[in-house]
Amino acid sequence: MNKSAISVRDLSKKYDNRLAVSHINFEVPLGTVCGFVGPNGSGKTTTMRMLLGLITPTTGQGHILGEPIEHPERYLSRVGAMIEGPAFYPALSGHENLMVLAKLGGFPIERVQILLEKVGLAARGKSKYKTYSLGMKQRLGIAAALLPEPKLLMLDEPTNGLDPEGIQEIRALLRDLANEGTTVFVSSHLLSELEIISDHIVMLRKGEIVFAGPIGDLMAKQQPTIIAKSLEHSDLKKIMEIAQASGHQAVIRNDSVHILAAMDWAPELNKAAFNAGIVLAQLAPQLPNLEETFFEMTGDK
Amino acid sequence: MLHVVAAELRKLRRPTLFLGTMAAVVFFSGLFSALLFLLIDSPQGNADRGQVVGREVLGLATGGVQGFSSTGGFLGIIALCVFAAQTAQEYTYGTLRNLLIRQPGRLKILFGKLVAMKIFAFVMIVVSAIIGISTSVLLAPGAKVNTDLWFTEEGIEAIFTLFINVTISVIGFGIIGMVLGLLLRSPISAISFGVLWLLIIENLLIAVRGSLQNWLPGAQLNAIASGGTLDLAYKSALTVGGIYVGIGAIIASILFVRRDVAN
Repeated sequence: MNKSAISVRDLSKKYDNRLAVSHINFEVPLGTVCGFVGPNGSGKTTTMRMLLGLITPTTGQGHILGEPIEHPERYLSRVGAMIEGPAFYPALSGHENLMVLAKLGGFPIERVQILLEKVGLAARGKSKYKTYSLGMKQRLGIAAALLPEPKLLMLDEPTNGLDPEGIQEIRALLRDLANEGTTVFVSSHLLSELEIISDHIVMLRKGEIVFAGPIGDLMAKQQPTIIAKSLEHSDLKKIMEIAQASGHQAVIRNDSVHILAAMDWAPELNKAAFNAGIVLAQLAPQLPNLEETFFEMTGDK
Repeated sequence: MLHVVAAELRKLRRPTLFLGTMAAVVFFSGLFSALLFLLIDSPQGNADRGQVVGREVLGLATGGVQGFSSTGGFLGIIALCVFAAQTAQEYTYGTLRNLLIRQPGRLKILFGKLVAMKIFAFVMIVVSAIIGISTSVLLAPGAKVNTDLWFTEEGIEAIFTLFINVTISVIGFGIIGMVLGLLLRSPISAISFGVLWLLIIENLLIAVRGSLQNWLPGAQLNAIASGGTLDLAYKSALTVGGIYVGIGAIIASILFVRRDVAN
């Protein structure tokens, strides 16, 4: 039995002379939440479009739920997707828009009302789409993606335009779906959100894979940082020099020194600082978060 | 494909589109038929481009459908606009990607849309026929036009034949609209180009060189709607018009199936 919801080998897409996606390889295990991250223009949406059969790859192969991407008709009935934001008919209501898609996919029309309630749009279901706020449009897009009761859900920036409460709801919804066995492949620029909900990460930069695998493996690769603060701002430079003298990279950021070192070196730093007449106000470990890791790996700031 | 037709009909039945189009059809079908009878004695004529359709002609078995016949070209333009807008809007709204995710069979999408729009066009033609013929029946006595032959066997046959011809013509115009929508991917561009070509450019070209009437697409489809004209035989119009529509449909289908959906 196939254990990958998505499997991609040497996949590329070239537009004229520009390589939008360059020979990428990655796998998304079944039943996981996989974050798909990368700067704007890194090829995330192009990759998703290839996986959904909307554009033809220039080279390479891909499989969705065990079926080749050359035959989207074999797997799309089990896939829900929202690509590049919600897109609906402005003159139709949210309910009617979902009815169009339910009819088209041959899904039970009772699901339309259920899904409107699930995404918190039941009260505005009869309003025209053009009157919706960005957040409501986003919710309708997610409802449309859920129409087929998908085994794989692919969402491109699903939290765009949502307020903090809405973001939290979507986060909970995605986690619930994963717990029910749905594989979620989600791109977002809100890396802190992805860090909370993702089991796996696929990181893309300039069309190339920077990292693909469990999020734990990614974090484990990153060196922990010690944050040191002193009572006197003028002592920060001395702390940095102490760290560098011990062979650790260090940099002053705002009112603290960030030292790339494991926490078990902290007592030694404390002692060296005391001997140098520096009173430390704070000495704390900081594990790298996804955002920092992302910037470090992609070289972007 | 039935799922595509059902989905498409949900879009086409929205009140602003459906009732708005039908209201225009009712108004113009009634107007064209009414003018035939109300202006019957006008020296400026009572039909298209100042032509005079007298009591003798209106009293023939085909007299009852003269008004409906004059509406044929107008129905074609409406069909062109509706088919073009309904096709091109999928690109401008970005909804094509939703459709293709739910139904990856691109030809099924295309033909499903076409079938749904044909149903819409058919309803439009039926409404136009009913209004055109009813208006004629109501106004004929006042204009002293004899209606004895209108509902004889010959008259019914004339209604049926004209209905078929208008339907072929309107669907031809509609397919041209759909092709323009697929090629230009913008409702405004597709409608502007279609209407400009059919209403202005073709007429200018024919005015400059009359023989072009035998080769231009709009002229063929208009001739089909009228069952042929003095200058353009029905069979010739059907052949040339069919070639235009067929080639356009094939090119558009190939493009639709092969083209990346990148917006």
